[in-house]
Formats: sequence, structure tokens, C-alpha cells
Amino acid sequence: MTTLLADPMAAREHARAMAGTLVEAMPLLPPAANDLPAGVSPEDLVWEETIAAGGYATRSLKRGARLRLIDLKGDACASVMIFNGEMPSERLNVADTVKVQWNAYLGEGKLLLSDMGRVLMSIVQDDANTHDAFCGTSNAVTNLAKYGEGRNSGAFPNGRDRLLLGAAKHGLQRRDVHPCVNLFKGARIETDGAITPLIGPFQPGRALVLRAEMNVVVVIANCPHVLDPREEYAVTPLRASAWHGPITTEDDPVRNATPESLRAFQNVEDYFRR
Amino acid sequence: MTSDPDLSGLSGMIVHDEIVPARAPWLHHIAAGQTLRIVDLEGNQAVDFLLYSAADDAERYSAQDTVSAQGNLFLREGTVLRSNEGRPMMTIVGTSVEYHDTIGGACSCESNTLRYGHHTKAQHACVENFLEANLLEGRGKRDIVSNINFFMNVPVEEDGALGIVDGISAPGLTVDLRAEMDVIVVVSNCPQINNPCNAFNPTPVRMIVTA
Repeated sequence: MTTLLADPMAAREHARAMAGTLVEAMPLLPPAANDLPAGVSPEDLVWEETIAAGGYATRSLKRGARLRLIDLKGDACASVMIFNGEMPSERLNVADTVKVQWNAYLGEGKLLLSDMGRVLMSIVQDDANTHDAFCGTSNAVTNLAKYGEGRNSGAFPNGRDRLLLGAAKHGLQRRDVHPCVNLFKGARIETDGAITPLIGPFQPGRALVLRAEMNVVVVIANCPHVLDPREEYAVTPLRASAWHGPITTEDDPVRNATPESLRAFQNVEDYFRR
Repeated sequence: MTSDPDLSGLSGMIVHDEIVPARAPWLHHIAAGQTLRIVDLEGNQAVDFLLYSAADDAERYSAQDTVSAQGNLFLREGTVLRSNEGRPMMTIVGTSVEYHDTIGGACSCESNTLRYGHHTKAQHACVENFLEANLLEGRGKRDIVSNINFFMNVPVEEDGALGIVDGISAPGLTVDLRAEMDVIVVVSNCPQINNPCNAFNPTPVRMIVTA
């Protein structure tokens, strides 16, 4: 038998020698970024992580925080779930999101609504304009059919299983995994109801900034869009950065854009009136 | 033989036949192989509809998996209603309405405040029905997901404009659903009075199960 690391101290030496290794997909601790928007100080940065192709990440964000997602290489697909961090039975409701706003498409100025008539997050900047509130994400069955397998433990993880793991990191269960939105990959709806997926790949570096309107937990899976027509498992890393920011004020243009959005913000303000 | 037009075209033995009153919830277990017919008795009555696997109710209807699998938002004859695990739960084996909705979701007291104003908060809503029925079997709010709205019409226009508009159903029109697994059906016979989903007048529907 070969001895590789025969005693605990040798094992410790081996483990500690890995310190400082840099890979493409990893969090930076403490968070650091050299491209924060004007007016955002480095101390306000709370999260800096590159999410692997086929990977996932999850984060708790305070009301007012900004979450910037960047499609680094043009082929990321952020499947996103959002929970009220204080009461996760309240969560993103994609049906209310499109119905209340009288529109099928997400983009700058749009709200991501909860099932309690409140706005969880709003989209304050969007370079991409190709998003999808309808298709959901891949699952074990669809990945098995398309890539031959789709396990978390394999080479082609499916989006649902990624979201399940992310939710589980907050103590949540299968019944908490709800319909998601896909950011950076789009779905155009034809008048006969047909779904035309808008998969790209797109130009690298498209960014999206979301503003937390409540204390939220976000879970993000970065797996190929469920209607990606390509045979190969095609997805590239996704960068996530978040920083503290001011709570939305009464004169905010997104808050006041429509009567429905005003009432969604009023319901949030009422929730925090305690 | 019967002359009841609501039974026209149904085969097999009727094992359940019930009128769901206007505005009420309905909960029923349906075995694999059985068929549920929903009859829109008076026309354009939205039937908000959720499904759970009887063997494991964390597996449930998924609007997103259903529309992705068929590449189309509308539910028509032949549509397979899929679960969040991608498995067939029921199939629409027949319908006399051209298509049904699964993007419009269910009305709730809370979303009504957004859509119409806070004066509607006290009105009865589908989520209240979904909760009341699900709570009988230990399910709760976390078990409510995007649902189907049979007999409801939600077109999406070229610029993305979307809304619940006048229905395309009529008195006596039906949808037939064959269970592909043992399922729990949870329905809200929609009480909404602020949009055209029930022609501004909620009415009863009939549920017929054949085996």
C-alpha cells in the first residue's frame, strides 16, 4: 500500500498548502471589486463571487442592497428564486409578476413580486433585455433526455437540483422550490402562444442590477436554459456582486411608475411599519 | 343511456359527480387511469386548478415544466400536465374550448390590492380557496405554485402586453383530464369579480370522474 499522507500533520500541511489558490469560479473574501459604480464605496461591497458554469450560489441580502449580475462570457443563464428572508413562505410569484404589470417581459423598471402583494426586488439596470418568466429551469428528466444525465454529482447538473441545494442551505425543502425567472436568456411569446427561446450566445459583459426592496434570500442556478437548442451543455460563468444601498424613497421613479407598482411598494412600506 | 349533455362522449363508469358552488374550493383524489371532466355550466367561469402527486405531494403541477415541454404557453387538447420533476401527471384528452391558461396565476387578497386597490382586500379570492383545501391535508402556503386556469383567456400581444380578457368558453363546454398517476386535485372555483375571468359573475361548475 502506498502511503500518501500517513499522519494528521502531513495531511494538515497538504491542506494548508492549498491556501491562496485562485480559480475562475469562487467567492472573494473579503469581497473586492475594481469596477464598482460611482458613489459605491468599497466598504459597502458585501458579496463578490463568480458562479461556475453549471453551478449555483445563494445569498441573504438586506433591504436596499443592490445585486449586480454579469454574464461574463455571454452564455450565462441565471435561474433565480427569491424568498422573503424573514418568512420564506413568502416568495417570488412569476404569475403575479407578469399579470400585475400587464406585461410578459422583464427589464429595466420591472418589479419581481411576491405572492403577498409586495415587491421583493426591482430591476434598476438592464443591459441584456433577454429574460424569461415562463420556461422555468431544467430538471433531471429534461437533462437525462438532452445530455444523457443530469445529476448534481455528474457533469451536466440540472437547474432544479441546483435550486434545491441552494434552498436547502437555508433549511428549505423541495416544496419551497418555486417557479423561477431566467435572467440573460430570453423567451419571446408569439401570438399563438409559441415560445421562441432567445439563447444567444450574446456579447460578453452584459450586466443587470437588482435592488432588494425587502430582506431577501436569493438562490441562483447557472445551468443551460431548458430550451437551449444546442446539443452540448453550453453555459459560461456568472459573476455576482452585491453592495449596501439606500432603501427606496417615496420619490423613486420605479416606485411611482404605475399605480400597481406604487401599491406594491406601499405594501412593502406597510410590512416594515412595525 | 342518458340524455344529459354534460356526459356526452364520456366512457366508463361515473364514480363521482358533483357541482362545485360558485366561489368554492374543491379537493378530490383521482386514481391513475381515471378521467376528470370539468363542465363550465354557465360559461366563462375560471377554474383555478392545482395538482399534487398522491404518493408524494412535494411533487406537484409545474406550469413552467408544462409549457417548456410543449414549447407553447396555451393548454390545448393533447397537452401533458407535468410535475416539477418533469413527469406526466394528467393529459388533456379532450376539450371543447380552444385553449386554457396557465400563466395568469390565481387571484389573492394581496394581489387584488395591487391590481384594483386596497378596497378589494376583503374580497374572497382563489388563494384563500387553495389554502383552505390544502390545509385539510397538511399542505400550506409553500405548496401553492403557478396554477392552471381552465376556461380563462390570457393572450400575450406582440409587445408583451398581457391580461385576462373576455373568455372563449361558453355554457356547457368541457375539459377532460386523464390521470397519468394518482393525483390530488385542488380547485378554486374563482370568485373574482374585478376582471372578465368569470364574466364578472362567478357561477357553479360540475366535476365528473369516470373510471
